Amino acid sequence: MTARLFCCLAALVTLVSCSGGAPPAELPRRGAGSPAYGDALVVGTIGEPSNLIPLLASDSASHDVAGNVFNGLVKYDKNLELVGDLAESWQVSPDGLTITFRLRKGVKWHDGTEFTSRDVLYTYRVTIDPKTPTAYAEDFKQVKSAEAPDRYTFRVTYGKPFAPALASWGAGILPAHLLEGKDITKSPLSRHPVGTGPYRFKEWIAGQKVVLEAFPDYFEGRPYIDRFVYRIIPDTSTMYLELKAGGLDMMGLTPVQYARQTDTPEFLARFNKFRYPASAYTYLGYNLRNPLFADRRVRQAIACAINKDEIVHGVLLGLGQVAHGPFKPGTWPYNPSVRDFGYDPARAKVLLAEAGWHAIGSDGILTKDGKPFSFTIFTNQGNDQRLKTAQIIQRRLAKVGIEVKIRVLEWASLLTNFIDKRNFDALIMGWTIPQDPDIFDVWHSSKTGPKELNFIGFKNAEVDRLIEEGRSTFDQEKRRRCYWRIQEILAQEQPYTFLFVPDALPVVSARFRGIEPAPAGITHNIIRWYVPKEEQVH
Amino acid sequence: MVPLLLGITLISFVVIRLAPGEPVEAMTAMSPKITAETRQRLREFYGLDKPLHVQYATWLKQVATLDFGRSFAPDNRPVTDKIKERIPVTISLNLIALILEFGLAIPIGIFAATHRDTLYDKGITIFVFLGFAVPTFWLALLLMYFFGVKLGWLPISGLHSLGSETLSPMAWFVDLAKHLILPVSVATFGSLAGLSRYMRSNMLEVIRQDYITTARAKGLTERAVVYRHALRNALLPVITFLGFSLPGLIGGSVIFETIFAIPGMGQLFYQGVMGRDYPLVMGILVIGAFLTLVGNLLADLGYALADPRIRHGRG
Amino acid sequence: MGFRESWFHAVFWKRFRGNRLAVAGGCVVLLLFAVSLLAPYITPWDPHAIDAYHVLLPPSTDHWFGTDELGRDVFTRVVYGARISLKVGFVSVGIAVAIGVVLGLVSGFYGGIVDTVIMRFVDIMLCFPTFFLILAVIAFLEPSIWYIMAIIGLTGWMGVARLVRAEVLSLRERDFILAARALGASDARIIFRHILPNALSPVLVSATLGVAGAILTESALSFLGIGVQPPTPSWGNILTSGKDYIEFGWWLSLFPGLAILVTVLAYNLLGEGIRDALDPRLNR
Repeated sequence: MTARLFCCLAALVTLVSCSGGAPPAELPRRGAGSPAYGDALVVGTIGEPSNLIPLLASDSASHDVAGNVFNGLVKYDKNLELVGDLAESWQVSPDGLTITFRLRKGVKWHDGTEFTSRDVLYTYRVTIDPKTPTAYAEDFKQVKSAEAPDRYTFRVTYGKPFAPALASWGAGILPAHLLEGKDITKSPLSRHPVGTGPYRFKEWIAGQKVVLEAFPDYFEGRPYIDRFVYRIIPDTSTMYLELKAGGLDMMGLTPVQYARQTDTPEFLARFNKFRYPASAYTYLGYNLRNPLFADRRVRQAIACAINKDEIVHGVLLGLGQVAHGPFKPGTWPYNPSVRDFGYDPARAKVLLAEAGWHAIGSDGILTKDGKPFSFTIFTNQGNDQRLKTAQIIQRRLAKVGIEVKIRVLEWASLLTNFIDKRNFDALIMGWTIPQDPDIFDVWHSSKTGPKELNFIGFKNAEVDRLIEEGRSTFDQEKRRRCYWRIQEILAQEQPYTFLFVPDALPVVSARFRGIEPAPAGITHNIIRWYVPKEEQVH
Repeated sequence: MVPLLLGITLISFVVIRLAPGEPVEAMTAMSPKITAETRQRLREFYGLDKPLHVQYATWLKQVATLDFGRSFAPDNRPVTDKIKERIPVTISLNLIALILEFGLAIPIGIFAATHRDTLYDKGITIFVFLGFAVPTFWLALLLMYFFGVKLGWLPISGLHSLGSETLSPMAWFVDLAKHLILPVSVATFGSLAGLSRYMRSNMLEVIRQDYITTARAKGLTERAVVYRHALRNALLPVITFLGFSLPGLIGGSVIFETIFAIPGMGQLFYQGVMGRDYPLVMGILVIGAFLTLVGNLLADLGYALADPRIRHGRG
Repeated sequence: MGFRESWFHAVFWKRFRGNRLAVAGGCVVLLLFAVSLLAPYITPWDPHAIDAYHVLLPPSTDHWFGTDELGRDVFTRVVYGARISLKVGFVSVGIAVAIGVVLGLVSGFYGGIVDTVIMRFVDIMLCFPTFFLILAVIAFLEPSIWYIMAIIGLTGWMGVARLVRAEVLSLRERDFILAARALGASDARIIFRHILPNALSPVLVSATLGVAGAILTESALSFLGIGVQPPTPSWGNILTSGKDYIEFGWWLSLFPGLAILVTVLAYNLLGEGIRDALDPRLNR
C-alpha cells in the first residue's frame, strides 16, 4: 500500500495495467478465430526494470514484469472482488482477527520445486525484516503473529481488526528455497526471478528487452501466448511510431493520440482501442506548514479560481473526469454528492480579500503585509499532463492576482530535496487509487513524519478518527459512512484541490483475441488471450 | 599522462560534488523505510563523513584498481559491469559512423576545394551545414516516420528484431544492419560539416603552395597535381581531426541512443544522471575521458608516423 | 589603426560581399535580431495565453503556425522563442569567449609553467565528452536558463583559448611588439593594445559558430527535458513538445524545427564567410 507514492509516477504514462470501472467503448471487430498456442505479446516500457524481486522494486516497470512472474495469495478478479490466487480458500475468524489461508496443492515454482506454506512465511518474515530495504512493510507490520501449521496452511493473527488485511496478501510470494538464509539484496533473483506465475523469466538483455515465456505447468493452465516481451524504449514518440510500424502490440495512448491520431480506418483495422476510467487521480496539494496556505479561505479561493473543466478539456481532451475526492467515481467509497466550489473567480477574490489579500500595485498581484502572493508549484519531470495542468493553473491564478512559478524536477531530486524535506509550496502529483479505500498513509496525522506520505502535513482530528474507524471494521456500510464523511471534510478543507481522474486508453493489436473488458480493465485474463494460428506473426 | 589522468578524476569528482544533497540521500529516498542506522552505514561506506580531500583520495584509490563502486540504482550492480555491457554497442556504432564520416567527408571536401566557388561548392556547403544544423532528434523522428511507418522499409528502433536469435548468421547480420541504417545515417549526416570543411580549407591551402605551382609548371595534368601531390599533404592534418572526434565517440550519442532505443553508454549516462546515480556518473565520466586520452595519444602517434618532418625532426 | 580600418573596408568587406552564402547568412542573423527586438509588434498574441478549448488547431489566418497543445499561438511562441534562443547563444558564447581569451592570452604571453598548466587544463577538459559534462551539471543543479548558459559557456572555451594562444605566440616575437616592449610598454598595455586586437579575428569566427552550437545544445537539452523550462518558450522546448505530434500536429514541430535549422545554418555560413574574408592566405 505504501507503494502508492511510487506507482503514481508512471501511472499516467502507461495505464495499460490499471484497473477501471466502466465497460470500454469499443469491442474487437474481427471474428474470434480459434484459440491457439503461440505468438508473442510485445509491450513497450519507458524505463528499464530495476529489480525483479517485487519486494525491493519501487518502479512500475519492475512491477509490470514481476506481476506476470509472481503470484500473491489473493488477487482481484475482473469485477474487482478478492479471490484466491495461491490460496485456494481462506477463513476469517468471527472476531476478524485471524485469517487462515488454505494453499493450493501441487503449485510449482518455475524451477520445479513445490510451493508450500514455508514460502509464504518466508515472504512475510523478509518483508518485515528491518534490514530489508522495502517500501511495502507497513501492512504486514499490523500482523501480531504468523504461522504455518502444515505445508498447505498459513495463518496470520492481527492485534486489532484491520480491514485491508486480506488485500495486503496480494503481495508477490517469494521462493523460500532460493532465498532463505541469504541476503535478499544481493540475490541473483533480482535479475533472474523464479516465481509461480503464468510466465517464467527467459532473458533480460540490458537496455533492450526482458523476455518471459509461458510456464507450461501454471496452475491455472498454460497461457496461450508463448512469450511476453518488454521492449525498453525510452522515448514516447518512438514508442508510438513503433506501435504504428508493428513493433509493439500494446501501449497506453495519450489523450491526443486517442482522440486525434488513431481514428483512421487503417489504424482501427489493426488495433483495438479501449477506454475506461483509470484508478488514479491528479491533484494540487498545498504544503500546510507554509503560512501562505494556513488559512483555509486561501485554499478555497484557489480552488474557486481553477477551472477543472478547462483542465479536463485541455489536458485530457475530455478523456477523463473532474475529481472531487480521493476515491474513484462509481465505487462504493465514493460520495457522489460531494462537490467543491466550482469555478468562481469572483468568489475567489472575495475569499482572498477576507483573508487579508488585496491588490495594491499596478501589476494586479495581491499583497498582504507588504508581501506579494507568489508561490511555486512543483511537479515531476516526464509527465506531460501534469506540466500542462500546472501551466493552465498558473494562468488562472494570475487572473485573480496570484503569481505562480513552475518547477519541474526529476523524480529522485523532487522527492529527496523537496518533498522529503517538506521544502515546497505546492505540488501537482498523482496517486493511484487502491481497491481498498483505506487512506491511512496519505491522510492520517501520524503519517506526517519525515519521508512519510502525508507530506502536506494535513492534521484533522475528525478525519483521523474516521480513518481509524474505517480500517478497523469489516462492515462495508460502516466503512462507507466514514469515507463519505471524509470526502465532505476534504472538500471543505481543500488540503488538496482534487483535479481529475484520467481515462486509461490502452490499445492492443487486433490479432489478439479473448480480451474481456471488465471493471478491472483488460489485463485480468491475459493468460486467456490468444492469436488464431493463421494470424500468428512471431 | 599521469597529471592528465589526475586532472580527469579531479574534474569528475568536482562535478559530482557540485550537486546539492548527499548521494546517500538520493539512494535512500526510493526506499523510505530505510533506517537511520543504514544511512549511517552508507555514509561511512562512501566516506561521506570525512573531509573532501580525504574522500577524493579514497575514491581515487578505488578508481586506480578500476573499481567504481556499486550503482545507486535499485539493481545495486557494480558500475564496471554496467559500463562493460554498454561500451561495445556505443563504440561500434560510433566507429561505423566515424568511418562513414571520414569516407564521405574527405572526398566531399576535396571536391568542394577543386570546384571552389562553383555552384557545386555552394550546394555542398549548404548540404553539409544542413546536417549540422538540423536538431538530431527531429530529423531522427522524421526519418523514423517516413521510412519506418509510411514506407515500412526500415525498423524504427532497437538493434535486433524479435526472434533474431533464431536467424542464420547472415540473416542476423542483415537484420542488425537494417536497424543501424537510420541511427548511423543521422549520426553521419550531422558530422559531415566539420571534417569536410576542414578538408576543403586544407586542400585550398596546399594547392596554393610553391611545390604545387612547380608541379603545375612542369606541365602535369591538374588531376595528377591534385591527387598525387596535393592530397597527400592535405590529408595529414586530418589525423589531428580524428583526435578531436574521439570524445564524440562516446559522448555524442545521448540523443540518438534515447530516440532510437539503442542501449549504449549515452543512454546509460543519461539514466544515471537523472537517477542521481553518482558512482555510475563518475565511472562513465572517468572511463570516457580516459578512452579519449588514449585515443588522442594514438592519434599523435599516427601523426608522427605519417609525417616525416615530425618523425625525423622534432619527434 | 588607420591601416586596419582601411584594410577592413578595402579587402574584408569586398571579399565578404563576394560570398553570397555568407551575405545571406548575415541577413538572416540581422532579421532574427529584428524579430527578437520587435516581437510584441510582430504578433498580436500573448505567448503565454492558454486557450484550453482551442488546442492543436492547424494553421489558419488567425494562427499562422497553428496552436499548440495548450491552445497557444505557435507563431507567437516561435517569435518570442527567438529571444530566448539568441540569448542562450550569445550569453553562453560570451562566457566561453571571455574565459578562452583571458586564458589564451595569459598562456601565450607568459609561456613557461603558466602556459604548461593552462594548456594541460585545456587538454583535460577536451578529453571529456562535452555534452556529458553539461548534462551532469545541469541535471544535478536545476535547469534554469542561467545555469544552462553558464554551463554551455564553461564547457566551450577550450577552442578559443587554443586559438588565442596560437595567435599570441605568432605575434609575440613580431617587430611591432618588440618595438613596443623596447619603448617600455607594460605587459597589460602590450596585451590589450597590441596583441588582443590582432588576435580577435579568429575569435570572432569561433564565436559566430559557437552561437549556432549553443542553440543546438539548448534544443538537445530541451529534448531531454532539462532545457529552458516551460512556460518560457525556446525553440528547443517548442520543438520537443511538438515531437509527439509529428504525424498529426506537424505544425508544432515544423516551425520551431525550421527556425533552429535556418538560424544555425545562417550562423555557420556567416562564420565561414568571415573566416574566409579575414584569411590573408586566401588571396585570389
